[in-house]
Amino acid sequence: MSLTSAHSVVAPSATSKRVAGTIIVAYALISIVPLLWIFATSFKTPPDSIAYPPKILFQPSVEGYCNLFTTRTRQTPEYINSLGPATGLCDETVRKRNMVIAGPSNFMPRFVNSLIIAFGSTFCAVFLGTLSAYGFSRFKVPLADDLLFFILSTRMMPPIAVAIPIYLMYRELGLSDTALGMILLYTAVNVSLAVWLLKGFIDEIPREYEEAAMIDGYTRLQAFWRTVLPQATTGIAATAIFCLIFAWNEYAFAALLTSGTAQTAPPFIPTIIGEGGQDWPAVAAGTTIFLVPILVFTILLRKQLLRGITFGAVRK
Amino acid sequence: MADVHIKGVTKVFGEHVAVDNLDLHIADGEFVVLLGPTGAGKTTTLRLIAGLERPEAGSIHIAGHDTTTLSPAERDTAFVFQQYSLYPHLSVYDNLAFPLRSPARKMPEDQIRRRVEDVAKMVRIHHKLNNRSTKLSGGEMQRVAIGRALVRKPSIYLMDEPLSSLDAKLRADLRLELKRIQAELGATMLYVTHDQIEAMTMADRIGILADGVLVQIGSPRTIYSEPANLHVAARLGQPAINLLPVGLLPDGGAPAGTKTIGARTEHLSIEKAANGHADGVVDWVEHLGDQNHLHVTVGTKKLVTLTDPDTDLAQGDKIMIRYRSPLYFGADGRRLM
Repeated sequence: MSLTSAHSVVAPSATSKRVAGTIIVAYALISIVPLLWIFATSFKTPPDSIAYPPKILFQPSVEGYCNLFTTRTRQTPEYINSLGPATGLCDETVRKRNMVIAGPSNFMPRFVNSLIIAFGSTFCAVFLGTLSAYGFSRFKVPLADDLLFFILSTRMMPPIAVAIPIYLMYRELGLSDTALGMILLYTAVNVSLAVWLLKGFIDEIPREYEEAAMIDGYTRLQAFWRTVLPQATTGIAATAIFCLIFAWNEYAFAALLTSGTAQTAPPFIPTIIGEGGQDWPAVAAGTTIFLVPILVFTILLRKQLLRGITFGAVRK
Repeated sequence: MADVHIKGVTKVFGEHVAVDNLDLHIADGEFVVLLGPTGAGKTTTLRLIAGLERPEAGSIHIAGHDTTTLSPAERDTAFVFQQYSLYPHLSVYDNLAFPLRSPARKMPEDQIRRRVEDVAKMVRIHHKLNNRSTKLSGGEMQRVAIGRALVRKPSIYLMDEPLSSLDAKLRADLRLELKRIQAELGATMLYVTHDQIEAMTMADRIGILADGVLVQIGSPRTIYSEPANLHVAARLGQPAINLLPVGLLPDGGAPAGTKTIGARTEHLSIEKAANGHADGVVDWVEHLGDQNHLHVTVGTKKLVTLTDPDTDLAQGDKIMIRYRSPLYFGADGRRLM
């Protein structure tokens, strides 16, 4: 027998690798179709976007993005012709539809709200979650099991079930339609997930590390900072992504509690439809841009996430 | 360096008494080894001195100061753990520098560098200073762990089976190195092990722990040749001491009240039986190369002893066995004088 034909009993055979590969690729393709469709739609013209049969090949247009970022008014062709040359690509595009740009739309402020609220609440949830998880993991907390169960119980019903009481509370407290209110709300929802996930990760870090550091002259907080945190980065990254995805995509509370200054992107994007016909390219453009931050964040933390979702089972 | 005085310390975990009214004085510059099986309270004793556990009763004095209620950082001890000893996210250099970089110490970085390099040479790891600590072999990791304790000049070094995860050859090497380093530094050291060879070769004094109680403490020679009771006798000696009921062999001058006779190799004289009188039969001769283990059956009892590598005894030989001033134990297990 030659060396190359020797095979391991545990390594998968070439055939099973090919089958597994095919299934994975097929699944990945199916998963990505809706995203690709949204992406394609964002570059269609409104007529192309509702054409039947659907257009796979089309003349790309930036109209969706122009409509997303601007408000426009309809004018007579005579008036439009009386204006000087178009000042930019968008100006030129909307003039073809007998419109002129009246000003910026609310999309950018809503998008910025989303960024502030999602990242703010993720930071708070992970910060509180890490400290609580460390406490539960290392100290004898009275009734620790009951407390952990209580923390988890906040996830046992859909958060929206408490929407009415929260709506009333927020109105009384003046937290309605404020970024602070939304950060507090998303933090409250996410912190239970963060505590549970992170407790698992921190439990796996042997306490000898902190003990060694404390004997070497560090306080417990310094030891936590210097020895536990660096080893918990995987868990923290994974937890942060889960929290961020929830806060970023949350629709129901955002629709209920924010309407103006603190409105986030998810309740804003559907309102685009209403403005002058069903403007699917603009909606698709909003959705495409909306996906970017989470995509970037996930790619940056990809390595940690992949190791993280195995819940530390293969931490080394 | 300083002396450590443990006075009447008791530590209880739930129902389990881990350390029971322990009194122990470790003199300045002394190397004390605590020897005992798993669960005897060895590690708990170290953790009590380091301040990682608070005793239920008693006090711990380091260099004359009562440190019973101080935090670990305030006690100035150094601890080598049995495992998980290195920070996986740091290089070897940073691991060694870690204790010196404590905010409480405020040591300038160039001084840290000098100290780390000195210690790295001492534990022979200076060629790997820039390696990731996870990329070391087991022996190297343990050397770094010991080095991390040595970068400081604490009151006492506490070592919890630092060599137990190593293979036999490395263990023997590091054992010698550790003893050499301790002697060079004049360090006060409390070392915990269940390995009797480590205890015998390194200790100034050995303390035998059983079920949280310090059964006996003394020089290795004393512990070996004058064990206080059966438990201590059984902890030392290779092969293990033979504990035989009185009357099994002619015992000449056994004191009154003797219940058990403890016989190590040096307490037995064995010859081929002449003129038909035999006490036992050779079961098996185990050839270990430099020595042989002789397995013998006497009546219903089996005993094991060492014999010369060139012995002419063979399986099935009838032999005559006599005691040579063995150890005598009473009914309560205590040794009789």
